[in-house]
Amino acid sequence: MAKIDLNNLDTMYFDVLREIGNIGAGNATTALAQLLNTKIDMKVPKAELLDFSQVGQAMGGEEQIMAGIYLVVEGDIHGSIMFLLEEKSARTLISMLMGTPDGGTESFTEMEISALKEIGNIITGSYLNSLSMLTNLKIIPSIPDISIDMAGAIMSVPAIEFGELGDKILLIETEFSDDIKLNGYFILVPDLESYDKILTSLGM
Amino acid sequence: MSEMIKVGMADLKLCKAPNAITTLGLGSCVGIAIRDPQTKVGGLAHIMLPDSKSISGNHNTAKFADTGVRELVNLIVKNGGNRTRLESKIAGGAKMFAFSSKSDLMSVGDRNVEAVKKVLAELRIPIRAQDTGDSYGRTVEYYPESGDYIIKSVGKGQKKI
Repeated sequence: MAKIDLNNLDTMYFDVLREIGNIGAGNATTALAQLLNTKIDMKVPKAELLDFSQVGQAMGGEEQIMAGIYLVVEGDIHGSIMFLLEEKSARTLISMLMGTPDGGTESFTEMEISALKEIGNIITGSYLNSLSMLTNLKIIPSIPDISIDMAGAIMSVPAIEFGELGDKILLIETEFSDDIKLNGYFILVPDLESYDKILTSLGM
Repeated sequence: MSEMIKVGMADLKLCKAPNAITTLGLGSCVGIAIRDPQTKVGGLAHIMLPDSKSISGNHNTAKFADTGVRELVNLIVKNGGNRTRLESKIAGGAKMFAFSSKSDLMSVGDRNVEAVKKVLAELRIPIRAQDTGDSYGRTVEYYPESGDYIIKSVGKGQKKI
């Protein structure tokens, strides 16, 4: 019997998942700061268990354009992780990383997309790394893929994965700030068995 | 005054002309628009997964192709649509990322589209037009008055099917 039921999530389990999110996002921020060689502050991430219908609004509307970086996770746990950035934040990050001017509303170049993928790779990598250290579980991420599209469309991918487990999705919102404010979201979707493994390894 | 009714993810609603109905940012999900062209009673379903039977905890019927389409049809018929006159248009089922976490041969988008077609065929509801697959998101608007299905995508403008 699975320990976890996302539709009726125990407060204690939710706190644990939120804490994993906090630590993961914290490490991701450090990695990002090192990559950009700048100081980045991060607000305490907000973890929310949302109904599917609320997900779009939580990100500023289903039609808000976002960059979603998606990786499949293998090893001791199975599932996927996604890191989403608002389009504006994505452009800011690219221009900081590449030292080029902000592309405005032009469509992203191949080079910029590749840079964004790398940013996503580093951020999700450090997130997963902290999860792995915390739980002592082996976690192997795949190479990342990226989609720049409407929030609703990108979110449909993890939502469908959550949809096989229940009617809610666990979203961790992170606000990074330096001189410029960046908004990012993490979505980790382990399968049910992996949820159990994570909780068990933490002594729950 | 006509209004625009909004359908969320894993949701379905009824819409009578002159009102219109919309769902925003379809990715791998499929938006199924159905109407009775005579009484102009229609509706839209936004399904996420192909099959309710392969999953436990499937109480939200609007989440699945098999149960969602049937429920939408029942809702339309109950509100003045004639079962034998119904027609449909479908959109969505994109593959947003090059890979998926499941090693299924088909992407979930393709499987959603296939499941929707199967249930529409079982119900003998013709598909008048479709815009499915590919790798981009779609916002759709359906007008039961004319049967127009407007599809908007990022960087691709809009089209009418």
